[in-house]
Amino acid sequence: MTVGKNEVEYVASLARITLSEEEKVMYTEQFNTILEYIHMLNKLELDEVEPTTHVLPLHNVLRKDLVKVSTQKIIEQVLEEAPEKEKFLFRVPSIIE
Amino acid sequence: MELYELTACQAANALAKKEVTACDLTESIYKRIAAVEDKIKGFITVREKQEALSEAVQVQDSLEKGDKLASLRGIPMTLKDNICTLNLPTTCGSKMLQGYYPPYDAHVTEKLQEAGTILVGKSNMDEFAMGSSTENSSFYPTLNPWNQHYVPGGSSGGSAALVAARETFFALGSDTGGSVRQPASLCGVVGFKPTYGLVSRYGLIAFASSLDQIGTLTRDVRDCAMVLDIIAGHDSRDSTSVPREKENYSRDLEKSSSSFRVGIPRECFGQGVEEDVKKAVKRGIEKCQQIGTVIEEISFPHNEHALPAYYLVATAESSSNLARYDGIQYGFRSKGAENLHDLYRKTREEGFGPEVKRRVMLGTYALSSGYYDAYYLKALKVRTIIRKDFEKIFEDHDFVIMPTSPTVAFAMGEKVDDPLTMYLNDIFTVPANLAGLPAISIPCGFSRGLPVGLQVVGRPFDEKRLLQFSYKLESLLQVKDIKPDIAEVGQTDIS
Repeated sequence: MTVGKNEVEYVASLARITLSEEEKVMYTEQFNTILEYIHMLNKLELDEVEPTTHVLPLHNVLRKDLVKVSTQKIIEQVLEEAPEKEKFLFRVPSIIE
Repeated sequence: MELYELTACQAANALAKKEVTACDLTESIYKRIAAVEDKIKGFITVREKQEALSEAVQVQDSLEKGDKLASLRGIPMTLKDNICTLNLPTTCGSKMLQGYYPPYDAHVTEKLQEAGTILVGKSNMDEFAMGSSTENSSFYPTLNPWNQHYVPGGSSGGSAALVAARETFFALGSDTGGSVRQPASLCGVVGFKPTYGLVSRYGLIAFASSLDQIGTLTRDVRDCAMVLDIIAGHDSRDSTSVPREKENYSRDLEKSSSSFRVGIPRECFGQGVEEDVKKAVKRGIEKCQQIGTVIEEISFPHNEHALPAYYLVATAESSSNLARYDGIQYGFRSKGAENLHDLYRKTREEGFGPEVKRRVMLGTYALSSGYYDAYYLKALKVRTIIRKDFEKIFEDHDFVIMPTSPTVAFAMGEKVDDPLTMYLNDIFTVPANLAGLPAISIPCGFSRGLPVGLQVVGRPFDEKRLLQFSYKLESLLQVKDIKPDIAEVGQTDIS
């Protein structure tokens, strides 16, 4: 199984990353090297094996649905980090024409 | 002897005996930073000296008022720059978060503050903790204190180099596939990754959530146990933090009642491991035998499969975790985008470095429709196999010993254009992450003047015995007092 440039372009579009022509060539080559190495897993007999998503026995952690105070200060702190803002809102490019 | 040369424990003892003050220790660390940081570049941010000193004054006052002596009260320390700090920028080594101030402190930041330690700065790292050399930092690479033409390892390369260079008494790092242990090995310090779930990840900027764990970089095993005493414990803000009774790791460190059975996986001493690394680790194993440890050669049959499985799981999780960097709410935003999608794409193109793009795309590929079963699901099944390998080994062995890294530090630039070769650095560290096990790297010798690390892996939540064993082993190895010789500013550089 090898990956072509068009697949790298497709994956980049899914990941919302623009690539230059040079990058497309570089990543195509590197993906093939890495995937070839990963294909060693194909030799393993895995049909009967259960997947592990997490090493701990995970269960939902619930808390009471209580309103906590969100102070003006916290809102200001958060908005302080916004690349663009207006009053108490994040500013984004228009979405609806 | 300068104060910065003390271990954290020795410094704490000197404080308790009133031989020094917290201000003396802080002054000494800043003096050392001024003298050698230009050669190491381990920090992304150094805190204002006056700020650290005024905190040291407060801590000193509380010490003198007879405040119950917490073990590391008054000791200067450093946090990796993916651990959130309210009052210092937290960049993750990325242009994407350059100058970013988190609106909260991480759990470990709070704990260390409550314990009275003094934060002096934030350490350099591979961007978003992706890398094994710290060359992927968006800002500048960190240099290995033993030889500045070599890398310090990564991704917690800044933390490891700063501890080795005596620019901080201890540091925290994060370990997703070896990012604490591998740089510890390459810089000749002790690096410890606790069991998954022992230390809260609240405020640790996520890379691969099922593998990430905060760990310690210290000058010796005792310091490691003392730091772990502060940061371990349940936190309801991390749903994977395990509620269990708090243990004391530094008490009884020198006591270890029974003799241990240790397994040595033959697969970890084969091709691809440098001869000097094998020799140094084997010397360490022989030392264990002298104290009555039972050493047995064992098989870890799927060690070689851990690395490909790791790179699928870690990249898949990272592609999801890093989706949040879209230029909307915080961090970098590209200028001049025409619409929303354009804004996402340009922001991520300009804000992420090459390795982050590579991994996010690889993970996106592994999760994408049509490839999920062939890659991601397969990797999760291999994860089960690795866990079972360990379960079997731990049925009749207490610990597993293997090299931390197959090589000593490599030259700056040597592997940076060859991602797969770079990934192979992690071949012995990723299994502990996939299985969630505690693992420590201890300096065990040198090759060409560069440190070699020996790794001990233990059972889940068996930190207490693992550290007792490591403490004993460290004292037998007798390499912990060998320090790198870094020419200070003003001295003639003969290299």
